[in-house]
Formats: sequence, structure tokens, C-alpha cells
Amino acid sequence: MNEGNAGKPPGAMAGPPRRTVTALEAAERVSGPTPLAEAPETIVEVRNFNLYYGAFQALKNINVKIVRRAITAIIGPSGCGKSTLLRSVNRMNDLVPGVKTAGQILVDGEDIHGLGAEPVALRKKVGMVFQRPNPFPLSVFENMAFGPRIHGTFRKSEIHEAVERGLRAVLLWDELKDRLKASALSLSLEQQQRLCIARLLPVKPELLLMDEPCSALDPLATERVEELMQEMKENYSIVVVTHNMQQASRVSDHTGFMLLGELVEFGETREIFTHPHDHRTEDYITGRFG
Amino acid sequence: MNRWSERMIEAAIRFSGFVSIAFVVMIFLFLLTEGHALFRVTGLTDFLLGRNWHPISTPPQFGILPLLLGSLAVTAGASMMAVPLGIGTAVFIAEVAPKRLAGILKVGVELIAAIPSVVIGFVGMVLVAPVVREFFSLPVGLTAFTGSLMLALMSMPTMVSIAEDAIHAVPRQYKEAALAMGATRWQAIYRVILPAARPGILAAVMLGIGRVVGETMAVMMCTGGAVAIPSTLLQPVRTMTATIAAEMGETVRGSPHYNALFAIGIVLFLITLIINVTADLVIHRGRRDSP
Ligand SMILES: Nc1ncnc2c1ncn2[C@@H]1O[C@H](COP(=O)(O)OP(=O)(O)OP(=O)(O)O)[C@@H](O)[C@H]1O
Ligand SMILES: [Mg+2]
Repeated sequence: MNEGNAGKPPGAMAGPPRRTVTALEAAERVSGPTPLAEAPETIVEVRNFNLYYGAFQALKNINVKIVRRAITAIIGPSGCGKSTLLRSVNRMNDLVPGVKTAGQILVDGEDIHGLGAEPVALRKKVGMVFQRPNPFPLSVFENMAFGPRIHGTFRKSEIHEAVERGLRAVLLWDELKDRLKASALSLSLEQQQRLCIARLLPVKPELLLMDEPCSALDPLATERVEELMQEMKENYSIVVVTHNMQQASRVSDHTGFMLLGELVEFGETREIFTHPHDHRTEDYITGRFG
Repeated sequence: MNRWSERMIEAAIRFSGFVSIAFVVMIFLFLLTEGHALFRVTGLTDFLLGRNWHPISTPPQFGILPLLLGSLAVTAGASMMAVPLGIGTAVFIAEVAPKRLAGILKVGVELIAAIPSVVIGFVGMVLVAPVVREFFSLPVGLTAFTGSLMLALMSMPTMVSIAEDAIHAVPRQYKEAALAMGATRWQAIYRVILPAARPGILAAVMLGIGRVVGETMAVMMCTGGAVAIPSTLLQPVRTMTATIAAEMGETVRGSPHYNALFAIGIVLFLITLIINVTADLVIHRGRRDSP
């Protein structure tokens, strides 16, 4: 990373510390088309959104703005619609027969249900991490190469580079660089979940949706995945569904509390956990129900 | 009481396992005793690589190369048609077709297995052969190709149902993950589901081919029966199975001709054994790779 300075005499390096400069450069390189300063504050805006599974209304008039390059946590008791909301943002609910929606979801200002909006393009921009690690039953390398391949990158050198960069981003490269040909299913659960995050990165998503990403992991692995999320929010926007209140308060900047298909309260995490406005939120976070 | 019945059941299961192995061994021994005498008349190389099958001329010649190649031509032709079609059908049923259509197709394909092979042979002879003759402007329509067509049809039930099971057994989460990354349905099938189902699909192909190699009646009726080394699929051929079936009635027990037909049986037995063992190895290697 610093080889550019290697030849220079030490005296030439006056001024700001080197590390800061390289970190910024790196951030710019990964961040893709929109430089930090110009990107709008909101990456996802949900407007009056309703979702029905047949006759059952699972989401009721949801309104929320998700902030870019921050971690947003969604909490709430089982069956309140957290996963449904998350899966609405990348239109995975399209695959469920009998689903009807009303209202709008804007990603980067564009209506994802609008005319000419393609799920394929949307899902390239919006990656998803599932509750149970679900790497493909292929090699580590093939898992990482899948994204570039389906989106039209076939040059070997480009794919190799993408594989390495993705694995480095989730701190798996050193562990796995000699095991790229091994089956992804032979990895530990934590490694599998990291791989599932890593394989999204080569197609340069802006938003990562994580549905209880740590619920299959032990506490130590959970802690490390949380650290990874913290690191990744420099370059990505993250929405994480969790049952674990400590996790929400530890990792997130904003928190939404859902109950029976409604988004009861949304705000800064510190605010939600210390001064909730709604008594139902307070009941939930103090463990009175759920 | 309970322990006792448990033990009885276990013994019964073990017994039936041993019985089926014992049958296989006994059949092989039977083939050997009836067939080995041929090798006093004809050497192994002359038998396997001899170009002339003249069992009733004097002196008789027992070279089965034309028959081996006949079987090979028919099998290869059938596989080339059946494998893509069978896997395609399996994918269509398991992943693409709406539920109702998938159900109908499944039953339809399985019904093929219920057609007696003599009926398939009959259809091939009377309906398909004239079309083949017209289409390729041949002197006769009974060719290796005609037999291949009918055999491809006959191998479909085995191939499709095993391949479909294998595709169906791939957990949904893989497909979901692929689609969530922006893969199209076809990309998810081609890049994730088929590789994940590969061991089962290979087994389906192997067992389908095994079915083709051993089939007798339909090929006897459709391939024309000429004992000649084929240079294209559009010539009449005679397979090993057809030779045994056609000539067994005319032989005298214990004669060299009789022994030769059994020796062909040994060759067939070994070929199907190799195919099945390979299929088995493929399945097990697949299991080990993806625990
Ligand atoms: N495919 C479906 N068909 C019908 N109803 C569904 C379907 N999926 C979910 N639901 C219902 O919608 C409601 C919300 O489900 P969802 O999975 O979004 O809840 P959740 O908050 O993620 O719960 P959990 O914490 O248990 O994961 C539940 O009542 C559930 O029963
Ligand atoms: Mg859920």
C-alpha cells in the first residue's frame, strides 16, 4: 500500500500522517461512482408501504428513510414483519406467490417498482445476507466468482482480483488464500457467513441487507462479524434485522422498532434505547414482552 | 420380545442383502461355466477383436468386434440424444414448469417405462424406420440410428426421474442466494443448481446408459440385424444383446456357438458392471466433496 513512499527519504514526508491519506484513498476507490461528499444522505426511502400475503397484511403503512453509510437496525418480536420489510427492499418477496404491495420504495431516489425497474439491477445494488450462512456448495473461489460472472465479468485476471479484494475486505484472505479450491461447506460457520458477505462485494453493492446474520454464530464469532460490520459501514450502507437488543445497541446508528406489521418508532439508536417515545418500544426493550 | 423381533428383522434384511449378491455371483459363475469352453476353440483376442461373426460356417468364426461396435454405435447414438434431452426435461420439470404441467410431464415420462419394449420396437419398425429412410434417403430404414432413437426414448424414465430427484434435493437456500445476488433464473440453474446436483445427475446418466446397453427386444427389431462394422449411424447393425436373443434358439447346447453366445453374455455383464460401479463411485465421491 505504501510502496509509493518507499523510495523517498524520510524527511520528505512532512505534513499530515500517511495513514490517514491512504485510508481516504482506499475509501474513495471502493466507494464507486458517487464520491462521499455528493452522495445524498438517504439511500432508501420507504413511503406508505403496505404488503399483503394473500389476505394477511404483513406490513402496514411503513414510512422510513435509511441513512447512507450507516448501520440501521430493525428490531421487534417474532413475526412482526422485519424479514418481510427487508425482503421488500430487494424485491425478494416477488418470488412468493400471492404477494401484493402498495406504496413506494425508493433506492437511490428511484422507485424499485417503477416502470423499467429490473429486479436484477436492483439486487446488484442491494446485497442480502441470510440468517443461516448459505454459501453455494461449490469452492470458495467459485462462490466469490459467482457475482462477477453473472454480471458479465469473464476475464480471468479481473475475477481473480475481485476474489482477492472481496476476501480481504472481510478479513478472510489470509485464512483462505491457500484453500480457494476447498468446498465452501468445509469452512466454519463464521467463515461461511463472512464468505456470504464477501461474495456480494465484487459486484459493488451500495446497500447490504442482513437478516439476523449472527443468529447461527457463537458469541465470539458474533463479535467478530459485528466488528466487520462496523468496518464496512465506511463504504456501505447496512440494514440489519436482529433479535438481539444488545447487538442493535452495539452496532447500529439508527434503530427501528416494529410490532404487528407497523414501524412503531424509528430514530437514533441511543435515543431509542434511552428515551423511547412510544410506550410499546419501551416495553419491548425493557423486556416486558417479545 | 422387542429385542428379539428387532434381531429377526435385522437378520432378514441382512439375508436379503446377501441373497441379491449371491444371485449376481451365481449368474456370473453360470455365464463363466457355459461360456469358457469357447476359449478352447477361439483365443480371447480373436474373440474380442475378430471382425467376422460366422457361427455356422465351417470352420466357424466367432469374432464379436462388429457386435461390440454395433452395441457401441447404438448406445452412443442413444446417449447423445437422451442425455441432453433427459437433463433438460428434468430441469424443466423441477425448476421451470408450473406445478400442474410438471406433474403431468412427470407422469407422462414415467408412463414410458410402462410400455413393453416389444411395443417400442414395433413402433420403431413400423412408424419410425420409414421416416428415417425417407429423411436420409437410405435403402433401408432399420439402422443404428433408428434403434438409438427408440432406446433414447426408453432411457428417459430412468434418466429424468433420477436427475429430477437430484435437482429437487438441492436446498432452496442456494437458489435464493443466487437470485438475491441478481442472477436470472437460468443463471441460478446453470451456475448453482446443476453443479450442486451434479453427482445425482451423473448417476442418472450412467443408469440410463446402463439401461440402453442391456436392452434387447427394441434394438433387435429396429436396427436391421446386419453383422457388419458400422462406419455411420445410418447403417444397419447388430448388437450383442440382439445376437444372443436371435441365435440362442438355434444352437445346440454345449456347441462352440452356444459357448460363444454365453461368452458374449460375459462381456455384456462386465460392461454393465463397470458402468454401475462407476456410477456408484461418482455418487460417493460427490458425497465426500460436499458433506
Ligand atoms: N410466505 C408467506 N406467506 C404467508 N405469510 C407469511 C409469509 N412469510 C411471512 N408471513 C407472515 O408474515 C408475518 C411477518 O413475517 P416475517 O417473516 O417478516 O416476520 P419476522 O419479523 O422476520 O419474524 P422472525 O423474527 O421470526 O424472523 C408473520 O406473521 C408471518 O407468519
Ligand atoms: Mg425474520
